[in-house]
Amino acid sequence: MMKTTIKLMAFLAAGAFLASCGGGGQNQSQSQSSGALNNSSAAEAVYVAPGEHDEFYEFFSGGFSGQVSVVGLPSGRMFRRIPVFSVDAEKGYGFDEETKAMLETSHGSIPWDDSHHPKLSQTNGEIDGRWLFINANNTPRIARIDLTTFETVEIIEIPHSAGNHSSPYLTMNTEYLVAGTRFSVPIPQQDVSIETYKENFHGTLSFISVDQEDGDMEMAFQIMVPGFDYDLAASGKGPSHGWTFFTTYNTEKGSTMKEATASQNDKDFIAAVNWKKAEEYLAQGNFKEWDAEYYNNEVDHNSGIATSKVGDKVKVLFPADCPGLIYYLPTPKSPHGVDVNPTGEYIVGCGKLSADLTVHSFSKMEAAIAAESFETTIEGIPVLKYDEVVTGVVKSGGLGPLHTEFDGDGNAYTSFFISSEVVKWNVGTWEVIDRVPSYYSIGHLSIPGGGSMKPWRKYLVSLNKITKDRYLPTGPELAHSAQLYDITGDKMRLLLDFPTDGEPHYAQGCPADLIKPNTKKFYKLSENTHPYAVKSEEDARVEREGDEVHVYMSSIRSHFAPDNIEGVKVGDKVYWHVTNLEQDWDTPHGFAVLGAQNSETLIMPGATRTLYWEPKVPGVFPFYCTDFCSALHQEMQGYVRVSAAGSDVELRSWLGEQD
Amino acid sequence: MKPLTRAYTLIAAVVLAGIYFQPLWYIALEAPQYPEGIEMYIWVNKITGHEENTLQNINILNHYIGMQMIEPDSIPELKIFPYIGGLLILLGLLVWWKNEPKWMYVYASSLLVLSLLGIFDFWLWEYDYGHNLDPHAAIQIEGMVYQPPLLGSKWLLNFKAVSYPHIGGICLALSCFLMFWAMIHEKWYVRSSRIPTSND
Repeated sequence: MMKTTIKLMAFLAAGAFLASCGGGGQNQSQSQSSGALNNSSAAEAVYVAPGEHDEFYEFFSGGFSGQVSVVGLPSGRMFRRIPVFSVDAEKGYGFDEETKAMLETSHGSIPWDDSHHPKLSQTNGEIDGRWLFINANNTPRIARIDLTTFETVEIIEIPHSAGNHSSPYLTMNTEYLVAGTRFSVPIPQQDVSIETYKENFHGTLSFISVDQEDGDMEMAFQIMVPGFDYDLAASGKGPSHGWTFFTTYNTEKGSTMKEATASQNDKDFIAAVNWKKAEEYLAQGNFKEWDAEYYNNEVDHNSGIATSKVGDKVKVLFPADCPGLIYYLPTPKSPHGVDVNPTGEYIVGCGKLSADLTVHSFSKMEAAIAAESFETTIEGIPVLKYDEVVTGVVKSGGLGPLHTEFDGDGNAYTSFFISSEVVKWNVGTWEVIDRVPSYYSIGHLSIPGGGSMKPWRKYLVSLNKITKDRYLPTGPELAHSAQLYDITGDKMRLLLDFPTDGEPHYAQGCPADLIKPNTKKFYKLSENTHPYAVKSEEDARVEREGDEVHVYMSSIRSHFAPDNIEGVKVGDKVYWHVTNLEQDWDTPHGFAVLGAQNSETLIMPGATRTLYWEPKVPGVFPFYCTDFCSALHQEMQGYVRVSAAGSDVELRSWLGEQD
Repeated sequence: MKPLTRAYTLIAAVVLAGIYFQPLWYIALEAPQYPEGIEMYIWVNKITGHEENTLQNINILNHYIGMQMIEPDSIPELKIFPYIGGLLILLGLLVWWKNEPKWMYVYASSLLVLSLLGIFDFWLWEYDYGHNLDPHAAIQIEGMVYQPPLLGSKWLLNFKAVSYPHIGGICLALSCFLMFWAMIHEKWYVRSSRIPTSND
C-alpha cells in the first residue's frame, strides 16, 4: 500500500512538472484570465429551465460500481442509475427471483463487476437509439440495455477470456460486439506456473453477434492470438467496415512487475482483424470447436423473468491457419486507445507513454497487405512495416495520450492523462489547434455520437480520474469529476464541472430525440405472462405447496391484496409474488417485509416481482409499500402471521373484511 | 314542405349520424402532477379516455374521496341511447322522404325534447357521482361535493375539471339547431304567403 502511494505520488509529481513546463501551463493562465462575463455566458449555455429537457442523453459507465448512469447534457444532471453488473438492493436487481439469473456465470452468481465502455447500437454507422451495450472487465461479460425501458435485458459471458477491456466496440451496423483479453491467460484454463507465461498464455479476440430484430447476443467466434494485452478496440466504418482494430501492450510478454516489463519495446501493435474474412473461414469450416462453459442470461419481455442458457462450445479460429485474418500495425509506446475517424480512413493510436499520436491510414494498410510487405510474422500474424502504414504523427506537446474523439468537421480531440488536458488537432494536417486543461487527469472523453460516422459537434465531456478540490470535500473518498466543454467554435470553452457516479470510464451519448419518443411508460398488464401474476384483486390468494408458500399479491393505490395473511410457519419458504395493477406512468409500488435477508423489490406498473422470505421465529410481521405512491402510501401496509413449525393455524388471507 | 325545410331535415338527419363517430362530451381533469392531462370522453354508447387506462386511473383517484367507480357497463343509457339516436336519424329520413310538414314538426320537437332530456340525464349522472359519496372515504371534506360542471370549468380539490361538448355533441346541437330553424322557416313561409301585399 505504502509502496503504491509513493509511486502514485511520484507519478503525479511527474505529471504536475510536465504540465507546468509543457502545454498545460499555458492553459492554466488562459483559464485564470476568464472573467465574470465568461462565467455567466457559460451558465446560460448549460441552463436547462425547470420543466425543460436536456438536448442529449449521455450514458456514463459506472466503472467499479458496475452500473450505468444516465445524464443529461448540457445540464450534467443525472436522471437514473441502471443496474447492470452489480446487485442493486434499491430495485431488487439481482435479489428478486426474476432478476437473480442475470448475474449467473460459469463461476456462479457474481454480485459485482467493473463496467467500462458503454456503446450505443448503430445502423449504417449512425447511432440509432435501440440498445446500449457495456462490457464487464473482471468476469468477462457484455450486457445489453433496452433503451425503451432503460433496463438490462441480457448479459452474455465471454469464455476463454480475462480482463474484458477492449469491448464492446461494435461494428457499424451492430453486426458484432467485440471482446479482447487485456489479461492473457492459459486457454483453455489450466494449472501451470505463471513463469511459463511465454509458452502457455494466450489472448482471444471474440466476436459476439447481435440479432437485429430482438438484440439477442450470441458467441459467434473467437480468434486465438499471442499472449499480449489487448487493451482497447475500434471497429472500422465506411471503407474500413469489416475490420476491427485492437491495441496491444505487453508485447514483451512480461508476467510480473508489468509496469516495467511491459514498457520495454519501443513499439507495440494495433491488431487489425478482418472479420469478414473470419466469416469466410467459418463458412469453409476452417475452425476448431472448443469446449467452453459460458452463460447467456436474458429477460423475457412479457414475464420479466430472466433465464440462463449455458453455452458449451465455441468456434475458435487460428491465425496461422487463416491467412489474411489478422495483421499487426506497429504503434509506438504501449498504445492505449485506438479510434477510427468518422470517414473510416484514419486509425489513431495513442501511445500512452509518449507525447505523440500515431495515425495509420487504412488505405495504406490495404496497399501494404496487397504488396505482402511484412516486417516479420508472429505466431502466424504478419507484422506490417511501420513506415508503410503510418500517415501522420501528431506532435501534441502533451504527455500520456489516451483516447480520441472526432467532431465530424475534420477535428479530433485527444485526452492526455499525464498532462491533464484535452488537445484539439486537425485530421489531415496533424497540427494542434487548441488545448484546454481538465480537472484532473482525464481518462476517456466523449462527444455525443462519438465512435460513429455522425458525431454531433456541440459538447465534449472529459471523464476525469482525480477530483481533489473540485467540490465540497467528502472525506478521503471523493466523487469522480467530469467537465463539459463547448466545441462549436475554434477554441474549446469550459462550461460546467459536475460529479459522476462510480468511476466513469467511457460515456456515449446521442440526441434525446433518438430515444425519448420510444420510452415505455408502463408494462401492459394484459401482456404480463408471469406465471404468478394476478390480473385483478379477485385473483389474489395464498397457496401452500409443501413447505413453500406462494403469495399471489396485487398492489394498487393504496393497498395490497391480500393484506392480512395467517398460517405461515417457521421454516416455510415464502415467495411474495407482487403484481402492480397500475396502468399509468410513474406509478411503481415497492414491497418490503420485516426480516427479509435480500432486499426490497420495486414493481413497475403492470409487472410482477417475487421476493423470497424465510420467517425465522413466530410472530406477526408487517410488510409495506416502500415507494411513496399516493396520499395513502403510509397506509399501504399489511401483516403476515408466522406460527411455530407444526402449528395447525389455517392458511388464509383477506383484505378489508373487518367490522 | 318548403324545399329548404326539407333540405334542413335531411342535413339534420345526416349530421346526427356524427354522434356514432365522435364523442358527445369531454371532461378533462387538470393538476400539476398530470402534465399530460386526464381526458374522459362520453360517447353515445361508451366512455373512454385519452389513453387506454384513463378510466381505471380516474377511478383510482376518485376512490380516495369516495366517488363511485365509473363503470360504463353499469350505465343503462349507454345501451339505450344508440337506438334512440338511430330512430331519430331514421325518422328524419322518413320525414324528408314523406315531405309532410306535420311530420317535420313531430320530428323536430322530438329531437329537441329528447336532446334536452339527454343532457338533463347527463347532469343527473354528474350529480349522482358528485354527491353520492362513500361515507368511509379516506378524504372527507365538510360540505365538499364533486359534481363536475356541465359546461365550463370548476375546481374540485386539486383538480380543475373542464367540461365541454365534443364533436358528436356539436353534431347533435347542429341537428337540433337546424330543425329548430326548419320549424321557424316552415312557419314563416306559411305566414308570409298570407300577408297581403300593397298590390292586393
